[in-house]
Amino acid sequence: MFKFIIRRIIQTIPVLIGVSILVFSLMHLVPGDPAQIMAGESAPKEQVENIRERLGLNDPLPVQYFNYVSDAVQGDLGNSMRSGRDVTAEIGARFWVTVELAFYSTVVAVFIGLIAGVVSATKRYTFTDTAIMIIALFGLSMPNFWLGLMLIQWFAIGIDLPAWVPFISDTSWFSPSGWGSFKQIVLPVLTLGTGSAAIIARMTRSSMLDVIGQDYIRTARAKGVKERVVIYRHALKNALIPVVTVVGLQFGGLLGGAVLTETVFAVNGMGKLIIDSIQARDFPVVQGTILVVALLFVFVNLLVDIAYRYLNKRIDLD
Amino acid sequence: MTSKPNSYDNILEIKDLQTSFFTKDLEVKAVDGVSFAIPKGKVLGVVGESGSGKSITSLSILRLVEEPGKIKGGEILFKGENLLEKTEAGMRKIRGNEISMIFQEPMTSLNPTFTVGQQISESYIIHEGLNKKQAKQRSIEMLKLVGIPSPEKRINQYPYELSGGMRQRVMIAMALACNPELLIADEPTTALDVTIQAQILDLFKNLQQELGMGVLLITHDLGVVAETCDYVAVMYGGQVVEYTDADTLFKSPKHPYTVGLMQSIPPHDHDIEGDLSVIKGSVPSPAEMPIGCRFAPRCPFATDLCRTKLPALETDEEGKQIRCWIYSDEWDGAPEVNIHANKERTT
Repeated sequence: MFKFIIRRIIQTIPVLIGVSILVFSLMHLVPGDPAQIMAGESAPKEQVENIRERLGLNDPLPVQYFNYVSDAVQGDLGNSMRSGRDVTAEIGARFWVTVELAFYSTVVAVFIGLIAGVVSATKRYTFTDTAIMIIALFGLSMPNFWLGLMLIQWFAIGIDLPAWVPFISDTSWFSPSGWGSFKQIVLPVLTLGTGSAAIIARMTRSSMLDVIGQDYIRTARAKGVKERVVIYRHALKNALIPVVTVVGLQFGGLLGGAVLTETVFAVNGMGKLIIDSIQARDFPVVQGTILVVALLFVFVNLLVDIAYRYLNKRIDLD
Repeated sequence: MTSKPNSYDNILEIKDLQTSFFTKDLEVKAVDGVSFAIPKGKVLGVVGESGSGKSITSLSILRLVEEPGKIKGGEILFKGENLLEKTEAGMRKIRGNEISMIFQEPMTSLNPTFTVGQQISESYIIHEGLNKKQAKQRSIEMLKLVGIPSPEKRINQYPYELSGGMRQRVMIAMALACNPELLIADEPTTALDVTIQAQILDLFKNLQQELGMGVLLITHDLGVVAETCDYVAVMYGGQVVEYTDADTLFKSPKHPYTVGLMQSIPPHDHDIEGDLSVIKGSVPSPAEMPIGCRFAPRCPFATDLCRTKLPALETDEEGKQIRCWIYSDEWDGAPEVNIHANKERTT
């Protein structure tokens, strides 16, 4: 297992190199001269030239790339063009917000998705199954910025309910913006997690149905194992294998999906940082943030592979 | 375990078992009035072509027939008690404990995500209340019993690390773990290659004699029957057509279908010229069974009576059973039918 992990870590190196090349190219692929953009359109030539020199834009591309990577490895991602602050510090302040948001959303999505999927599979073709799958379809098809706006409308601004509804007069239970307290966390997490919950539910259902039809499930029943144990021990462990991959991808996707959710809920995370920086053409921050998100994605995938290997002993890279 | 006051001669007795599969507007009778008995400590072979209802019969005994299948009627008496009247919890106490089952496909019948040890241990933990450590110890003993070398090592392996023959041994170990009184083996050797088949059958016979359990052996291989079985039930189209002891069956088969099966075995002592003898036609689909004798469309002796009326399963004074008009008073064909007449092979 240890060998497997080491090997898997080594395998991430080419991916990281690829990512760094892409991120580095970003600045040069965008139309226009970065130095000119930084200095402003009407800036004098000398000033633009100064900036070029300062940023090392006159060096050959390979040299620039090498400098960028060697700085990045040491934790130096340059300075923000807007605030002049260190990019690493800019990101550091927001990193955990986005990770928390994506993590809570994944946890909620896995919890809801697994239960819904297993229930659906064990009650195949019944009303319960159909109902769960229709809800999942809605969850999947709803754009999450729209869902976010609706949730704000219903549960943060609140709906005044008619007097005959007992106990509840209005529904402004949660906070529409910010991050930190429970009231602030609930809506963004639901917004971000719904789509994933739906995907996980559907995946779990089909995977469970496949596994329940297998011979070894019949073997377990023939041994006198309780039906509940058959489903949650014998079947689910096998059914989880494809689901784990989806969960990993979803977590990665949620890091990206956080861009919209953070904007809707004014959460100061990396997603919002990217949007703000793109609007301000703050290249170093955009580059740095994308690099960090990509690193995170690679790291999550590594964890998924390890979990996968734990579940399915046949996967052997040795 | 065997100190029940209930007196019974047969470890298992099935009476008029009916198992059907229901689709929206159709009932398919997969098992239609099957009856047979297994005396204590004896081996019963159930023979028949694919689709004759053998496997569904065996799954019915443990009540493991899956939707949309349903046991409609009949009795399954295990040690004199009707299993069809048991609660689900009552059945669970019997499954894997008093009645065990081995399946045809060793490659897919073991759970790929648990070790061999975990899977055998589970029976001990469920039925004998052992803890993990004790169960593992017993599992190692079981693996030794079924002839798996270095069981201490094998116990921690996953099914994918074992060959087909090894896996079937593990299945047998699992089935025998709690000393069942009845073992149901559904084509246990079909998926294995010939040399392994012989090994597994030997193991089977030895263990059966050692442990003195009753065995229901499902197979389509008459050679296996000759080697291992005390009694034989021949099934055709969801029904038993002949039930007798193995010696009688091989010496003087009575049902034309049984005769046909025997004749389609190539003799090993001389070469055959021309084609092997075959039973013409194929097994009728359960959805469109003939109204008369189910074998009539393929039977060389069939008369109008056979084609229009289903013969009953007649039991003689020795307990042998036959479902064929030839042996009844109503028989309307030639008075002396030589059932072995077409023994000369078609050339």
